Order: sequence, then C-alpha cells, then structure tokens
Amino acid sequence: MHNNYWRSNLKIVSILLIIWFLVSFGFGIIWSDFLDQFQIGGFKLGFWFAQQGSIYFFVLLIFVYIYLMNKLDKKHKDNTEKES
Amino acid sequence: MDTQLLTYIFVGASFALYIGIAIWSRASSTNEFYIAGKGVHPIANGMATAADWMSAASFISMAGLIAFLGKDGSVYLMGWTGGYVLLALLLAPYLRKFGQYTVPDFIGTRYYSNAARLVAVICLIFVSFTYVAGQMRGVGIVFSRFLEVDINLGVIIGMCIVFFYAVLGGMKGITYTQVAQYCVLIFAYLVPAIFISILMTGNPIPQLGFGDTLVNSDVYLLDKLDKVTTELGFIAYTENAKSNIDIFCITAALMFGTAGLPHVIVRFFTVPKVSDARKSAGYALIFIAILYSTAPAVSAFARMNFIDSVQEVQYKEAPSWFKNWENIGLIAWKDKNNDQLIQYSSGNALEGVKPNFADGRGVSGERLVNNNPDLTSTNEVYIDRDIMVLANPEIAKLPGWVVALVAAGALAAALSTAAGLLLVISASISHDLLKKTFMPQITEKQELFYARCSAAVAIFIAGLFGIYPPGFVAQVVAFAFGLAAATIFPALLMGIFYKRLNKEGAIAGMLAGLVITSAYIIYFKFLNVHMNSADNWFLGISPEGFGFVGMIINFVVALCVSFFFTKPPADIYHLVDKIRQP
Repeated sequence: MHNNYWRSNLKIVSILLIIWFLVSFGFGIIWSDFLDQFQIGGFKLGFWFAQQGSIYFFVLLIFVYIYLMNKLDKKHKDNTEKES
Repeated sequence: MDTQLLTYIFVGASFALYIGIAIWSRASSTNEFYIAGKGVHPIANGMATAADWMSAASFISMAGLIAFLGKDGSVYLMGWTGGYVLLALLLAPYLRKFGQYTVPDFIGTRYYSNAARLVAVICLIFVSFTYVAGQMRGVGIVFSRFLEVDINLGVIIGMCIVFFYAVLGGMKGITYTQVAQYCVLIFAYLVPAIFISILMTGNPIPQLGFGDTLVNSDVYLLDKLDKVTTELGFIAYTENAKSNIDIFCITAALMFGTAGLPHVIVRFFTVPKVSDARKSAGYALIFIAILYSTAPAVSAFARMNFIDSVQEVQYKEAPSWFKNWENIGLIAWKDKNNDQLIQYSSGNALEGVKPNFADGRGVSGERLVNNNPDLTSTNEVYIDRDIMVLANPEIAKLPGWVVALVAAGALAAALSTAAGLLLVISASISHDLLKKTFMPQITEKQELFYARCSAAVAIFIAGLFGIYPPGFVAQVVAFAFGLAAATIFPALLMGIFYKRLNKEGAIAGMLAGLVITSAYIIYFKFLNVHMNSADNWFLGISPEGFGFVGMIINFVVALCVSFFFTKPPADIYHLVDKIRQP
C-alpha cells in the first residue's frame, strides 16, 4: 500500500519536473533563439518564455502538484482506513 | 512636502510597525524561537518566505542588472523562481514531515553522523554570512542616498531594528514582521512600475506593458529598445551575449542553490501540517512571482528612459538625479571629446572601470576622477547598476511620495532577509553546535539564551560587514548559490529519495562538492582574475554557473563512495519510510 503511494508520488513529480525543465531550460534557453522567430504582441516568443512565461508556468506547476497530492493523500487515507 | 521629509515619514512609520509587531509576537520557548511553534498559516508563511527570499539584491539590484544585461538577465528570473518548484516537489513536504528545527539537523540525523552535521553547519554559516553582507550594503546605500545620513549611522539603525525583533521574537517575531515587510516591499515595487508603464505604453499592467507599443506610436517598446541598443554598439536587448551552455549552468546553479538555501528551507518547518508545507511553497512562489514578473518590465523601461534622458544632453542641463547619484559616487562622467554633452554607448568610460573620485569640479561642473579615460570606446558615462530601481521613479519624474515609498520598500527587503539569515545562523550555532554536538546537557532555557546570544553576535558581525563592506560582495554571491547547490541540495535530495546512501557517501559527496566548487570560484574570482574569461573556463562554464557542475560531482562521488561501505542501519530505513508517508 505504502509502495503504491510512493510510486504514484514519484510519477506525479517526474511528469511535473519534465514540464519544469521544458518551459525554463528548454523554451527559455536551448530552443529560445528558434522560438524568437514567433511573436506574441511585442514579445519574441523565446524572450517571453525566458523573462515571463517560465515564471507563470512555475506557479502553475506547484498548484497542480498541490491539487494532485491532496487527492492522492485522500485516496491513501481512505485505503488505509479500509484496511484497518 | 519635500521628498526628504516624506522619506523620513515613510521609513519611520514602517519601522514603528515592525517594532510593534515584534513586541506583540515575542517568542517564549525554543520551539517558538526556531520554528514559530509550527503555528503559521500557509498564506502568512508564503508571504514571510517571499520577504525572506526577496533581498536587497532582488529589490534593488536585479532589475538594474537585467536592464544592462538584456536577455542574459533571464538567468536571475528563471533561476531565482524555478528553485521553488524543486523545493515544493522534492524537499519541503518531506523535511516538514521529518519535523526538526534546522537543516543540519536533518543531515545529521539522516546520515547518523555528527561529522555530516558539522559539514552542513559550516556550509550553512558560510552561505548565510555571504548573503547578510549584501543586505547590509543595501541598507547603507538607501540610507545615504535618501535620508542623507551617514552610511555607518544608517547601518547601526538597521542593526538595532533587526536586533530588537530577531533577538526578542525569534522565528515567531520574524515571521509576522516579514508579512508586514512583504506588503510594504511589494507595494513599493509595483506602484512606480505601474506609473512608468502607463507613462510609456499606456498599459497599466507592467507585465503586458513591456510587450506593448509606445505611447503615440505603433512601434513596440522592445523593438525600439533593440534598435537603440544596437545603434549604441551594445548587443540587441532581446538577444543573448553569453553562450547557451553558460546560461544553462548559471540558471541551474541558481535554481538548485535556491532549493538548498537553509534560510528558505527552514521556513517550511514552521507550518502545522505536511500538506501546508506544499501549499505555502505555492503561495510563496505566487508572492515572489508578482515581483519577479514585474522586474523585467522595470528593466526595459529603465534602460529606455535612461538612454532617452541622458543621451546627447548637456551636462549642465542633466536631470538632478544624475547629479545626486554622481555626488554619492555611483555615477561618473568623463567628457572625452570636450563637447560638454553626455554620450553613452557600449564600452567602459574609465580605465579600471570604477571611478576613483578626485577633489574639485570640471569645466561643466562634473566631479573630477583620477582615472584616465578608456579611449577604446566613446562611452563617457559610468553607472553603477545597483541604482536603477532606486533612481527609476526620479528618472521617470514621478511624485516625491513614490520615491519615499521605494526607499521604505528597499529597507523592508534588506531587513527581512537579514533577519531570516541571522536566525538560521543563530539556530545552527545554539542548536546544532551546542545542544546536539558539544553541550548536550543544557536545558531548553539555556539553549534559548544561547540562541539569543548567537543572534546578537551574528547581528554585530553583519553590522561590521555593513560599515566596512568587503569589496568582494558581488563576487561571493556566486559562492553562496554555488555552495548551496553543490553541498546542501544533493545531501537533502538523496537523503529523501535514496535510502541506500550511507554517511560515508554523503560526507564524501558534500566535501567533494565544497572543495571543487570553492577551488574553481577562488581560482577565477580571486587568484587569477585576469584569466576569468570564456576561453579559460571549463567547458565554457563561468564561476557563477559552476555550482551546477559541483552538484553533479557531489552526486557521482556520493553514489560511488556509498557503494564501498555498509548500508545505513535499519532505523534509518524506517526514518526515510516514515518521512515519505503523508
């Protein structure tokens, strides 16, 4: 049971960290110059990710994590109660 | 009312508020002193974490740095926010579940070794003092420029305030003071940004404004800025000057370093439940993101405004802020072509970069400098990047009360961070060194007494840093993050996610990270400054980014060494299992 909880936790964390890597190191640095050919408003897209977008995604990621973990905690608690 | 008087009123009122809160929330036990009795609401803790985190460097220096670095400045924006994702997902909930007082506490217990605890204490004290030195310089700058008090007197006033609420209130006092300080500093940051955004683009939201068109024109602000900077011989504002690998490593070092900074981690020990630790990391990042997403807008506005208001202007007609900052030595002008006009472009104005002022005034009334002009460029202006945020309201000709507000905000940012750091230092001395290592027989009351004493001593040392600022503050910031990334972060991460790691592995990893990162930074920043360029760097990675390499070395060494020694005892396996459960 405990292992299940831990495995789901690791899955959530790895998926969110992949997105974390993509929006900052990926779009903001590695492919930034490539993305700069696209424009949103007055921003070149790569520049926007580096100075704005990545920060918004970071906030979003933590709140998605809070939501998923609270759900997982609740499921885990229900399961352990059923067991006992 | 004149700006000076307004500044006294704003700063005085904010100080009175902090002292009032300190008296209301005194700490009476070690539990309250170290971790505020674990009774802090996640939103309040989020604000306190944000104030703790956003230092004089974030408030005063960052936007100025980005204004002159352009896109390269993104390393600070991503680096100093992205670390919170790591904190929230990988560290904060588990460390809260572990439920002790300090970061070395976790390392000492998890690796069942006082040697590991000691290595952690050394890293922690080094990282924290490096940081405090920067805060005190910030306090000094604000006092001397806006209140026209002697810098030393300013630092002493700042010390007294911090002493009062940190020594009396401990973590509890600091937490609630930081909530107030967050409100002051974010208000002070946003008001001028919104004003300037409206003036320049007509858009009241700075985050959108700097991607908008300039007032009465259909040219985008950033396009105009790219054009102007290229014409003056700089690299275009929205393009990188640094190599991608260097930007990658600096960002990574700042991110992992942020997640390993003890004064930030310890904030998550103060909330009631594990789920609250996650929540308060989320709130903290929202509160931080409000400033960090505004900063690049402020930078772009400031760069544009700065160029507009000094380029080809007669020195005699130059705006008063230019002369005020010149008077305290953070701007200098050398009329290279004797036309009495200010010319600003890329390159250094002076040989040796920093001005060395002489007595007396030149033909136009400018302060004379002893430096020879740097004739490799036509640039005539030396400007210290730290002044951009403070000077911004004046450059944009905003009313006096906005200028006063910014002064109060900058002080709030510097004091809140200094207090958080001092508490971490004092807790690691009284708790980890005395109670857990050298004097285990002391009672809780004695421990509290020692905690207050070490806070007082730490404040005194920090004050000395402010009065006699070590010239190397800017250089050692790379150190603080590099070391946190290369020592503390890996030890914490593997402590939670890899049960098999034993004390030999952890200690070897931390020492390897510590030694190699320090050696690289000291080599390029102190011993061979002239060699500090991309050609000589390892894989083109600057000392600022080397903490990332140190971190990888730590992981590799720890895993290899661990393999040759026996497994950790069974109770450590139980401990790790326990902290992994909600």
